[in-house]
Amino acid sequence: MFDWAQYLADWLVYDVLDLAQEQHLAEALHFFIYDTTKILILLFLVIFLMGVVNSYFPVEKVKNYLSRNKFYGLEYLMASFFGVVTPFCSCSSVPLFIGFVKGGIPLGVTFAFLITSPLVNEVAIGLFVGLFGLKTTIIYVISGVLLGTISGIILQKLKLEKYLTPWVKEVLANAQRDQDKFQAEKQSLKQRLPIIWTEVGTILKGIIPYVLIGIVIGGLMHGYIPQGFFENYMAKDNLFAVPIATLVAVPMYSNAAGILPVVQVLVTKGIPLGTAIAFMMGVVGLSLPEAMLLKKVMTLKLIAIFFGVVTLCIILSGYLFNIIL
Amino acid sequence: MTKQIKILGSGCAKCQSLTGVVKDVVSENNIDATVEKVEDMMEIMKFDVLSTPALVIDNVVTISGRIPSKDEVLALLN
Repeated sequence: MFDWAQYLADWLVYDVLDLAQEQHLAEALHFFIYDTTKILILLFLVIFLMGVVNSYFPVEKVKNYLSRNKFYGLEYLMASFFGVVTPFCSCSSVPLFIGFVKGGIPLGVTFAFLITSPLVNEVAIGLFVGLFGLKTTIIYVISGVLLGTISGIILQKLKLEKYLTPWVKEVLANAQRDQDKFQAEKQSLKQRLPIIWTEVGTILKGIIPYVLIGIVIGGLMHGYIPQGFFENYMAKDNLFAVPIATLVAVPMYSNAAGILPVVQVLVTKGIPLGTAIAFMMGVVGLSLPEAMLLKKVMTLKLIAIFFGVVTLCIILSGYLFNIIL
Repeated sequence: MTKQIKILGSGCAKCQSLTGVVKDVVSENNIDATVEKVEDMMEIMKFDVLSTPALVIDNVVTISGRIPSKDEVLALLN
């Protein structure tokens, strides 16, 4: 599908700039041109498609749906899945959390949504397809959804309601299912398109700098770090690699756009995919800034438990990836 | 009658840019309105919004979770 991008990069680097094939600079530049073209197109496509889906399933609708219906245990999986199709800005996590609690949605189900949403979203999927191909993407999406589901179930079992901050407990006490009926906007796709279109523009504008910086760093590493460089340090049989990579990643924050191009290069240089993905999930899914935001609704103890459970699940899925891939 | 515009948001970049858009629209079209930024979470929750930034006109939530275009804001204000 992207042969033409390959030719374009070949032509620009080897013919127009007249660089020799073995040069580090030429390799780095080729990687940059090819990857940028391919990734931006894929990102555009995935973000647009998700924009259409999201226009019909806004987060308000998801909340009412989860609040009104009984799913007999499947609600964790549903919430986790909805996390994929309804992106939300991390600064909305507090209103979102409160809104879910208010609607009588169990804490564990709310967590399932909150965990999956940053891990698997349109930006992550677009980049994953561009960098790792379709098969790895599908495995990643499935494991991301399962990770949210399982973490949600565990967190629910721990009965954490008592660790909410007092004012949230009050909200919880007054929670009621089936409160406000969602006013479905009856609009045709044609009427929705301009809004979706502006959203696609805003998202792309927001992430392009990160993608470019990520690809530049990736390109430099690609050209200058020798093949198999990391194998000595992070070989598959090194049992500590996954936990260490995850623990290092948790306090850090970057969005999927900045971290994935770097992860891809790490993988081509010999770091096992599971270890790299655990690192990426730690960076994208959990972070200190997020913990600070959540302090408004959760006590430190609850935040610690939440982070602990998710970290554990990330480490487990890192091992799992290393075994099956 | 003076319109009461409130912008709900915890102060992130998106909320700033929504405030910018709204203020521009109000001043460019000489609309009689007050623009207030609400950053307090308790206040925000009173409006039952799930995602910020949100635009509230005369106590009705009109937009939440995205940044509208100037034309859209103008249409909402008229």
